[in-house]
Parts: sequence; C-alpha cells; structure tokens
Amino acid sequence: MSRWLPRTYLTLVYVLLYVPIIVLVVFSFNDSRSGYEWGGLSLRWYEALFNNRAMVQAMWNSLWLALSAATVSTMIGALTALALHRYRFRGKKLLNGMLFIVMMSPEIVLAISLLALFLLVGLKLGYVSLLLAHVTFCLPFVVITVMARLSGFDERLPEAARDLGASDFTMTRTVLIPVIMPALVAGWLLGFTLSLDDVVVSTFVSGPSYEILPLRIYSMVRVGLKPEVNALGTLLLVFSLFMLILSQWILLRSRR
Amino acid sequence: MSSVTQQPFRTAVLVLVWGWLLFLVLTPNLLVVGASVMTRDPGSFLSLPLNLDAYRQLMNPLYLDVFLHSLYMAAMTTLICLLIGYPFAWALTKVGKQRQMLLIFLLIVPFWTNSLVRTYALKLLLATNGLLNNALMSLGIIEEPLRMLYTEGAVIVGLVYLLLPFMILPLYAVFDDLREDLLRASHDLGAGRLATFVHVIVPLTLPGVLAGVMLVLLPAMGLFFVPDILGGSRNLLVGNVIKNQFLDARNWPFGAAASIVLTLAMAFLMFAHRLSKRRIGEDGV
Repeated sequence: MSRWLPRTYLTLVYVLLYVPIIVLVVFSFNDSRSGYEWGGLSLRWYEALFNNRAMVQAMWNSLWLALSAATVSTMIGALTALALHRYRFRGKKLLNGMLFIVMMSPEIVLAISLLALFLLVGLKLGYVSLLLAHVTFCLPFVVITVMARLSGFDERLPEAARDLGASDFTMTRTVLIPVIMPALVAGWLLGFTLSLDDVVVSTFVSGPSYEILPLRIYSMVRVGLKPEVNALGTLLLVFSLFMLILSQWILLRSRR
Repeated sequence: MSSVTQQPFRTAVLVLVWGWLLFLVLTPNLLVVGASVMTRDPGSFLSLPLNLDAYRQLMNPLYLDVFLHSLYMAAMTTLICLLIGYPFAWALTKVGKQRQMLLIFLLIVPFWTNSLVRTYALKLLLATNGLLNNALMSLGIIEEPLRMLYTEGAVIVGLVYLLLPFMILPLYAVFDDLREDLLRASHDLGAGRLATFVHVIVPLTLPGVLAGVMLVLLPAMGLFFVPDILGGSRNLLVGNVIKNQFLDARNWPFGAAASIVLTLAMAFLMFAHRLSKRRIGEDGV
C-alpha cells in the first residue's frame, strides 16, 4: 500500500475533529453579536463572562467540586488499588466487579441510581451529593491508573520493609506511596477533568443550592447561540489542554 | 495472622473501600432494580404493590417508537464510527512510532475537553445561517440554506463527533498487536488481499470491534444533551426518556425499567466481547 493514502485519510479525519473546536476558539474573539459573521477582533465576550456574577460563582463552585472530588477519589482509589494488589480477602471479585460496573455502565444509569439513593436516605441535593457522585465515577479511573503502576513493581521491596520491622502503614507510606506517586498525580488530574466536564450525572444529583458550570452552560446552549459560551469554551479548552499535557508529562517522566 | 489487632491499617483500608462501594454502587443499583417493579406514586415517588407495569409500559407503542428510533440513531452512530474508525486505526499503525504517540495524544485531547462545549461548537457550524451553509452557498454548491440543525442527522453527527475516539482507541490496540508475520504467512499460503482481510484481519481485530461497539453504542443511547442541543423535540434518545421520567414526569418505575433495559444491553455486549476474545485464544480479563 502506498504511504500517502493512510496519511491523507488520517489528516482528513483530524481536520473534521478539530474544525468545530477551531471555529469555537476563533469566534470567541468575534466582535459581532451574531454567531455567524465575523465582526472584527474583540474580547467583549470574555469581559461579559467575567462580569456575569452567577457565572463566576458557578465557575468557583465547579473548581472547588472538581478539586475535592479529585482529591477524595485519588485517596480512596489509591487505597483500593493497594488493597486489590496486596491483600487477599473474601469478595475480591465482587469488589473488582463493582468497579467495572461503575466504569462500563452508561452514565445515566449511574446517575439515576445515585439519585434514588440520595432521596432514600434524605440527603439534600447540593455539594455533598455532587461530591459523593463525582468521587464514585472517578474512582475506577484512579484505581486502573494506580494498578497499572503497581503491576511492574518489585514485590521484594515491601517484603523487605516488613522484614525490617515496618508496620503495614509505615511500609505503605514509605515504600508504596512514593512508587505510585506519578500514577496518583495522573489519576488526580484525570479525576479533576472528569468532574469538571460531567453533565449527565450532575444533572440528576445537583440542587439549586450549588450551581456548577456544566449545568449553567447546559441551560445556556439549549436555546439559541450564546457568544459567551464560545469564550467560556475556549477557556475550558486551554485549561484541559494544560492539565492533559501536565499529566502526560508526569507519566512519561516517571517511566524513565 | 490477619487478625484485626495485628493489622489495623489493612482493616481500615478494607472497611473504607468496601463501605464506599457497597453504599454508593451496590445499594443504588439494587434500588433501581427495586424501583422498576414498584408502583408509581405522586407523593413519595414509589409505593408498594409490586408489579411489572413499568416493563409493560415500555412496550407501549408510543415509547416503543422512541426506543426504536433511539436504537436506530445509536446503531447508525456506531456504524459510522466503525466505518471511519476501522481504517483510521489501521492507518495509525502505518505511521512512525514517534508520530503515532502524537496522533494518539491529539485523539484524546477532545476526550479531556468539555463535551457540551464541543456539541455547542457543532451547532455553530450546522445552523441554518451557520458557517457550513454559508460556505456551501458562497461556493455555489447550494442555492438555499439546508436545514441541518434539529434533524436526526444532526444528532447522529453530534454523537459520532463525541464518541469516535472511543471506537478508535480499542481498534488501535488490536491493530497494534496484529503481527506482520501472520499477514505474510497468509500471503505466502496464496491468499489474496481480500481473503487475508476476511480470514485473518477481521477475526483478529474482532475483539477491538466489539469493545468499540460497546463503548459507542451504549453512550449513544444515553447522552441526552446531544438531542437537546442539536436534535429538537422529535429526535429523542433513551437517555432523554429516562431523564424526563425521573426529573419531570416523576415516573420512577418507568425510568428505572428503561435504565435496566440499557444495563442488560450492556451486559449482553460485554458477554459477546468475552466470547470473541476467548475464541481467538486470548483469555479475557
């Protein structure tokens, strides 16, 4: 097969994937009110964005939620991965199965099941319900990232630590945690991004007391075109790109 | 050896992990199963007489139509993703290793960017006075603007756009494992290109195909915001029905039954995926 055929095809698909994103970024700097005509360069939509109090509040809410959800899910996910890797206990298959279910089941199924739970136990929908839900759907991704890191690890090191009299806790803290650190950082960044982008689960488990960014965008884009969304989308894009590059860089560097 | 007093850390870890998963994964899922066989109640969402009314309601022609239409759009999405993704994954393995990493990176960038924002970006392109229509008209290809937004096609385009990477990545994984010597052996044994494709390449990449189908087909039935933004009121997904039943109509048994049908579909696909892996002698995880 000639070489230009695959290359042309790849280029074509990448162009299709990136055209909408490029259009969005370019139009975020558009001075015209209509979303379709170019009216000159301007930062007015960025200005409008930051002058919108509810929007800025939603941004802070989302950042705080993503920060806490990523942190909690990284801690629990790391412990889960360590437990799965090191301990032998009854019901290990069930534990694995539950993580698999969370990862594979359609988001909307997870969303309604959590809503049912929160209403049953009488939890008011807001920050806490969002946090519990986001930690739950981030968890399997952290577990997988950490497990991958642990799988190529020299088993004699923790044994040596135990033989030298370290308790399980001390051994985990001084031997295992440093080893899985890059995976923890990568898992944290992934969790942060997943939380920041989630629409489906948040639609179900959020309440009026805690408005978050994706839901605010959702209510804006359902009707018509809002140039502010272009600006917001561009900011989010730059932000996630930064996070992605950071996480890849950390993972690559740790492999050397 | 593993008594509580000797290993307090181990016990604490296991209690935390089990506690979280039992409370936030197992219980909620059981609740949905329970809700699906209960009776709708306007006050407390659910009441006791157990029955299969919700499942019967799914067979109601009105909902059956929505389901079939949603299934059709999801199937079209999956098919298009497969048709674009299969040669794409193959082509990816034909470029240099260094460049492959960059291309994979470019493929997962969208996965890390807000899907709502990307759906909205499509709206900019597809609107009646949007960029695509303007471009086509100024090129003289069309006279009148085409109505592209709020159609079935727009929903499918939106779903393909969001889900394509999920088809490509598992396909890339199987093509990357495809051993050149097997292809050469097939050629040496006198098989033509078509025969090699049908008898060697297709069976060996089947697990990737099924994994991709699984990762695309199910979300394609659940992503309710895509029809909300691009599809108008007539092109609903199962996700829209579930959302409406839970949040607006407050008919929980029905919403729960619909989501169980989705879950069963997922279980079926996963089973098929395992079988296909076992057939080529690679034990599935």
